[in-house]
Order: sequence, then C-alpha cells, then structure tokens
Amino acid sequence: LPPEGKALKDDEILQNLPVGTTATLYFKDLGPQVGWTMVFLCEYAGPLFIYLLFYFRLPYIYHHKHAFTSSPYPAVTLACVCHSIHYIKRLVETIFVHRFSHGTMPLRNIVRNCIYYWGFAAWLAYYINHPLYTPPYYGNKQVNYALAMFVICQAGNFSIHLALNNLRSDGSKARKIPYPTKNPFTWLFFFVSCPNYTYEAGAWFSFTIMTQCVPVGLFTLIGFIQMTIWAKGKHYTYIRDFKEYPDLRMAIIPFLL
Amino acid sequence: MAAPAAKGTSRTAQNDVASIKKKGPGALATAYLVIYNVVMTAGWLVIAIGLVRAYLSKGSYHGLYYSIERPLKFFQTGALLEILHCAVGIVPSSVVLTGFQVMSRVFLTWAVTHSVREVQNEDSVLLFVVAWTVTEIIRYSFYTFSLLNHLPYLIKWARYTLFIVLYPMGVTGELLTIYAALPYVQKTGLYSVTLPNKYNFSFDYYTFLILVMVSYIPLFPQLYFHMMRQRKKVLASGEEHQKSN
Repeated sequence: LPPEGKALKDDEILQNLPVGTTATLYFKDLGPQVGWTMVFLCEYAGPLFIYLLFYFRLPYIYHHKHAFTSSPYPAVTLACVCHSIHYIKRLVETIFVHRFSHGTMPLRNIVRNCIYYWGFAAWLAYYINHPLYTPPYYGNKQVNYALAMFVICQAGNFSIHLALNNLRSDGSKARKIPYPTKNPFTWLFFFVSCPNYTYEAGAWFSFTIMTQCVPVGLFTLIGFIQMTIWAKGKHYTYIRDFKEYPDLRMAIIPFLL
Repeated sequence: MAAPAAKGTSRTAQNDVASIKKKGPGALATAYLVIYNVVMTAGWLVIAIGLVRAYLSKGSYHGLYYSIERPLKFFQTGALLEILHCAVGIVPSSVVLTGFQVMSRVFLTWAVTHSVREVQNEDSVLLFVVAWTVTEIIRYSFYTFSLLNHLPYLIKWARYTLFIVLYPMGVTGELLTIYAALPYVQKTGLYSVTLPNKYNFSFDYYTFLILVMVSYIPLFPQLYFHMMRQRKKVLASGEEHQKSN
C-alpha cells in the first residue's frame, strides 16, 4: 500500500494529529540503517590514518629502498599537516558541532562513502609522498599563498558550522534562515546560501595549488560538483520555505552559481 | 524540420507538445528518433554487407576488419548521440546506463582496436564486430518499429532471444582483443604517463586494460541476467498480443 504525502516528523504526538478515532499508519522499511555520526567518523578517520601510511612511507607502498624515509621537500610535510588538520577538524565537528535532522542513513551509504574517501585519500597521498614527487612550479611563493588561503578557508568553514549550529541552540528542529554574525567569516552569508561548501571547495582548491597534484585536483572537482548539487538543493528549499529570503544570495559561488 | 507557420499557431503547437511530453517524446522528437534509428539500422546493414562481400571476395574470414573499418567507426561513434537523447529526455533510459554501454563500445573501437594496429588482424575482432553488427541491426530496427507503433513480433523475439548467443560471443571477442593488445601496450607505453612530472600524476594503460578485463567478471553476468529477466517479462506478455498482431 503506497502511502501518500510526507512522512510524519519524529516528535509529533499521535493524540495531536488531525485524524478521527481510527487512523491507519503506513510504515516504510528503510532497510538496514547506520547513524550519521558513525558514518562521518568512519569516513573521516580513514583518510587521516591512510595519508599517514603514505607520508611515513610504510613498506610495500613504494620501492623498498624508500621504506620509512621522508621527503626532502617542506611542501610535502606541510601537505601532511594540512590534510591531517582538515580531517581532525571534521572529526571534532562531527562529535561536538553538527546536529543531524535525520538520525540515520542506509547502510549501503557507509560502504560507498568510505570507499570514496579512503580511496581518494590513498590515491592522492601516494603521489604527494612519492619519492619522485615534483614540488610546485613557482616554489615557496606558490606554497605559501596557497597555505594562507587554505587556513582562511578552514577557519571560514568552521565558523559557518558554528553559526549553523547556533541556529538550533534552543533544541528546536525548526528551520531558520542563517544570517551573517559579528565573525567576518560569516559575512559570506550575504552572498551565498551555503558558505560552508564555498569554503570547503576553496580549501581543497588551495590544497591543489599547494601540492600541484592532478589527483588532488580531481578530488576537488568531484567534491565541488557534489557540493554544488547539495547547495542548489538547500538554496531552493530556503527560497521555497521563506518568503523573505534574501534576493542577492546564490547557492555556492557569489553572483555566479 | 518544419517551422511554425505563424506565432499564434506555434504557441498552441508547443502547448500540445508540452501536454504530449508527459506520455512520451513529442511529435518532432519522435520524427527525429525515427530518422536516427533508420539511419543507424542502415549503417549497420552497410557494415554487415561489407563483411559478407569482403568474405566472398577474399575467400577467408581473416583480416575483414579493414573492409568495414570506416563505417564501423562512424556508426559506433554516432551512438554517442544516444546519451544525449537520454539526457534531454526524449528516450526514457538512464543516462548513466546508456553512457556506460556506449562508452564501452567506443572504448573498444578507438582505444583498443584503432590504437593498437597489431590487433586489427586478429580473429577476435571479427567475433565482436559480427556480434555487434547483428545486435545493432535488430536493436535499431526494434526502436524504429516501436516508435511507429508497429512492432513485428519477429523483431521483438529476435531482440530478446538472439542476445543469448550474441552477447557472450561479443564479450569473448572483446576480451580476446584486449588481451591481444596487452603486450604491445606494455612494450610501447601507449597512453601511459610516468613519474616524475610537474603534475604529479601517473597512468599505466597496461594495468588499466587489465582492470577493464577484470571488470567484465561482475558486470557481464549482471547485464546478461537482466536481459534474461526482460526476456521473460516481454515475451510472456507478447504471446497474449501475438494473435492480435
């Protein structure tokens, strides 16, 4: 029997529903589920450790004469620090910051997501930490500018997550429009609906410039495409739900996308 | 392509098309698709006839690839349009699935058979070319007749039955051809990029081809049994209509 209309929310009380003395409830079997927190912890812990396997050049990855050696380039160590801090930040946010509206997702997703994150982490770590790695063309200038942009984007992304978290600080599950706060990083809210994705794309773009590595570029591109799809979805939901939604805002790139 | 006679009529024509869209492609799209499928049927018939003529004149079935190389490349590459058809919505298939199928054919045509000259003489090439030719002639004529709402049971039967033999035949030809190409790819480093380079990227085409071959193992049974299930569904309901045909 296919049920019509949207599903009931978790906190609706049966007695308060607008039905008569008898009501028929339709249940949908969502299949095996796993909590969002669990999924995120797995997805993010993987790349953190996997990258380090390559950074320290554990045996059997590269030629055995390179086992446990380290790269002479500071850019490589810097890349390891940045990559690690990025995923540590994500883990901290998962545990302390994010509030998830739906508690769970289908089990398949954890397998698929982990393959994606872990696979890409291994692939890009392989090249950055390779004995034949070529450092960026414009040398330290390129690395330092990219590093500055990376740090700014990380701070920005974290600020946005905090701001979004504060929207529901009273425990309510109602949707609200996010607005810029005193924190300058949140001023991106004037221009986009999902500045967290903007900053995230910016961070990976900087990481690509910093390492000058095509696999990182591919990871950035695919991530950007996915985040744009998500941002557009959220953007149109905001517009649909709120009559007073700011006109100037785009979904992910100011004025453009 | 007919242009609308006047602005007033064109708007009503568009409204009609918009309301028909929910049931299927509009009249213009249907006309285009019929032309497309007829052209493709004709193209693969040309390839079939070319193969037969070459066989008769040569007296053997070796090295027939060269006689149909150009039309094969042209019409197989033309199938890329089918991805567009799905993306635009005039054909109700999944873009991903169609894309995958067409790209695998295009890959074999260009990235293996065309690129590695030494395999062009192999008999395995003939094996998959014949399988593709018969399959495509039936498939495109099936689509043509379906679009015109006059599908002879024979075509429907052929499409959902001959694959039982043609599909494994084609897969065998494809795998043997890729396998034959391996030593030449390894020797010449075809399409491969090595470290060090300023993009910090590497690609080994030889390993890639091996991975492609391995991917047939999970993929082929899935597609084959999908067609089997389709066959049961389509031919079972087809028998009820057969008398009215």
